Amino acid sequence: MAPKASDDTTTGGESTGAEAEDLRLGRRKAARYIVPVTVIGVAAATIGLVPALADSGDPDLPKITAQQLLDKIAASDVQQLSGTVKISTDLGLPDLGGLESGLLSGATQGGDGSSADPSTKLTELAAGTHTLRVATDGPDRQKLSLLENAAEYSVIHNGKDLWGYDSASNEVYHSTADESSDKGSGKGGTAETPVPATPEELTEEALKAVDDTTSVTVDGTVQVAGRDAYKLLVKPKQSGSTVGAISVAVDAKTGLPLKFTLTPASGGAAVVDAGFTQVSFAKPAASTFDFTAPKGAKVTEGDEAGESAPGHSGKPGDLTKDLEGGEGVKGAEGLEGLDGLNVLGEGWTSVAVFDTGGEGMPSGAEAGGDLGGFLGSFGDKVTGKFGSGTVFSTRLINALMTDDGKVYVGAVTKDALVKAANAAK
Amino acid sequence: MSRADTVDDRNRTPASTTAPEPASTSTSVRTANWTWTFGLLRSELLTTFRRWRTLALLGVLAAVPVLVGIAVKIETSDGSSGGPGGGGGGGEGPAFISQVTNNGLFLVFTALAVTLPFFLPMAIGVIAGDSIAGEANAGTLRYLLVAPAGRTRLLLAKYATVMIFCLVATLVVAVSALTVGALLFPLGDLTTISGTRIGFGDGLLRALLIALVVAASLTGVAALGLFVSTLTSSGIAAMATTVGLLITVQILDQIPQLHALQPYFFSHHWLSFADLMREPVYWDDLEKNLGLQALYAAVFGSAAWARFTTRDITA
Repeated sequence: MAPKASDDTTTGGESTGAEAEDLRLGRRKAARYIVPVTVIGVAAATIGLVPALADSGDPDLPKITAQQLLDKIAASDVQQLSGTVKISTDLGLPDLGGLESGLLSGATQGGDGSSADPSTKLTELAAGTHTLRVATDGPDRQKLSLLENAAEYSVIHNGKDLWGYDSASNEVYHSTADESSDKGSGKGGTAETPVPATPEELTEEALKAVDDTTSVTVDGTVQVAGRDAYKLLVKPKQSGSTVGAISVAVDAKTGLPLKFTLTPASGGAAVVDAGFTQVSFAKPAASTFDFTAPKGAKVTEGDEAGESAPGHSGKPGDLTKDLEGGEGVKGAEGLEGLDGLNVLGEGWTSVAVFDTGGEGMPSGAEAGGDLGGFLGSFGDKVTGKFGSGTVFSTRLINALMTDDGKVYVGAVTKDALVKAANAAK
Repeated sequence: MSRADTVDDRNRTPASTTAPEPASTSTSVRTANWTWTFGLLRSELLTTFRRWRTLALLGVLAAVPVLVGIAVKIETSDGSSGGPGGGGGGGEGPAFISQVTNNGLFLVFTALAVTLPFFLPMAIGVIAGDSIAGEANAGTLRYLLVAPAGRTRLLLAKYATVMIFCLVATLVVAVSALTVGALLFPLGDLTTISGTRIGFGDGLLRALLIALVVAASLTGVAALGLFVSTLTSSGIAAMATTVGLLITVQILDQIPQLHALQPYFFSHHWLSFADLMREPVYWDDLEKNLGLQALYAAVFGSAAWARFTTRDITA
């Protein structure tokens, strides 16, 4: 039964003979475990060091003034682009998971159905970390995809057509963009979506707020997605704003904003951090923008009324902008369409006021009833000359809801909000 | 370990040792003799794939796509339009399942997404856990070792066998899913999850690529199983430990508080194979996955080697 292979082959191979060598052997045995340990060590070192090494210092770029840099951004005319954007938002909202996006989309959309509707879908960006892909080829063709687990949500603008495709549920949203929209997006940006998601769109929103209440400086250089960039630092001069600073990395060659970071005045992690992780200025493949609804997919046509939602004026989206995009000013502009809305103050500390006429809990949104009682548990009671009310805080936006039904909203601190309410009285 | 297996193993040992005789007559026994290595690998493969247990595992794996396919077919046969779940929320259920009714090729992706978290690694765990410990348990390990192959080469042959089993198991799922998909659903051009269209040939190519990536995703578990297998002389214990570790890691991967550790769990990037269905392909997570698998294979492979080449074989 025993095979004919002899002892000497095994002993020769494994050196289990020679008792005198036991000690040496024991050491050799132990030495073998060094191999896996070394592998772990090397791997740990690589994981730890490579990002540090890859960060090869800040690039050397010619000095530039803030105004020159702003001009550069304004003159930026990138027509062709494709890249990957990572966006993290941390508003300090309680982590409500699906419920949160459900409420948000309920509020913006009035509950109407298709999961492929851009304005419904992209509000998901208001919380968490997401990976987006953008591709642009001239003013007529843009694509923005939200990468999900084993699924993807794409908004494709190709000529007159605007498509939304949700691969997880295999649903399609389609609307025909009107003529004016082509002008709207003419600045060669990425598809204008209801929620500003790319660094460029975010920067555009932020720079609208630049006036004498703002300090704008160039804060050195930085490397983003392998490209040399200038860092533009935008800071509110007024106190009372919850916005600490906005930092924008602007590509030195093209003037395209590559990274947008909004840090709150209270410190801590950035509220919004959106940046390219990979970018290419080559022309994207034409097939990228071709879309035909897959067989069997449920197609929802965007009617005339819904047209503004996915498209290019995007009022409903602006509601989320103040949650998402960052500064109260723009949020206030978006809210102007509502009845009875006033803006108090100016610049970064402006506060939007509207009268819900209700009981002091949100009644505007459909979701109001449930939302109200639910939100009550998050609020802080405050009192002042205006009476009493409840303050709902996030890390960026605070809202004061008075008991007589007035709502004050702004990217300002709680105290500033109360002061504004007092002053309004 | 069944009696049949044991007999099989015992029969195998003398048979396979006949091959290397020319090698053992040469002066340096341990110099690479690739015919011999190949002979060892072949005999390992034969014993592994001739076992009833292996065939039963493959049978279970092949049955999963059939079940999924039939379930989707029944679910959509009355309504006949749209994906499952009507129009409402959508997106629930395994990845790609809403596209299956429109293109049978998507059943391949769905089936792999369904089997990858548990069925596939469990099968790998059984095969890998049994590889060394099973031999020790049956008392055949020392007969294998008297052959002039050396322990390192035996271990390599064992690991190669497990890897080939990974590939075969994945392909069994894929082929079964493709067959069921072709029988029950239409085939044709498909829409990638990015919304672009690709031809059926391209789709098939991607399906093959995905199967390869899925098989590669399992190499980490395979190395882990092999290492566990060298620690014990009980085949059952090794299998149970491997599968237990697998389940533990999967559970830990769901706990949000551990998110700092999770990128280093071997199962964390498993579902990244779906990124191959994007257009253009999103490589980041795929690279992370393959790199992590290579790391696991290197760490546990070398640990298995350190353990196996220094251990006293008593059985």
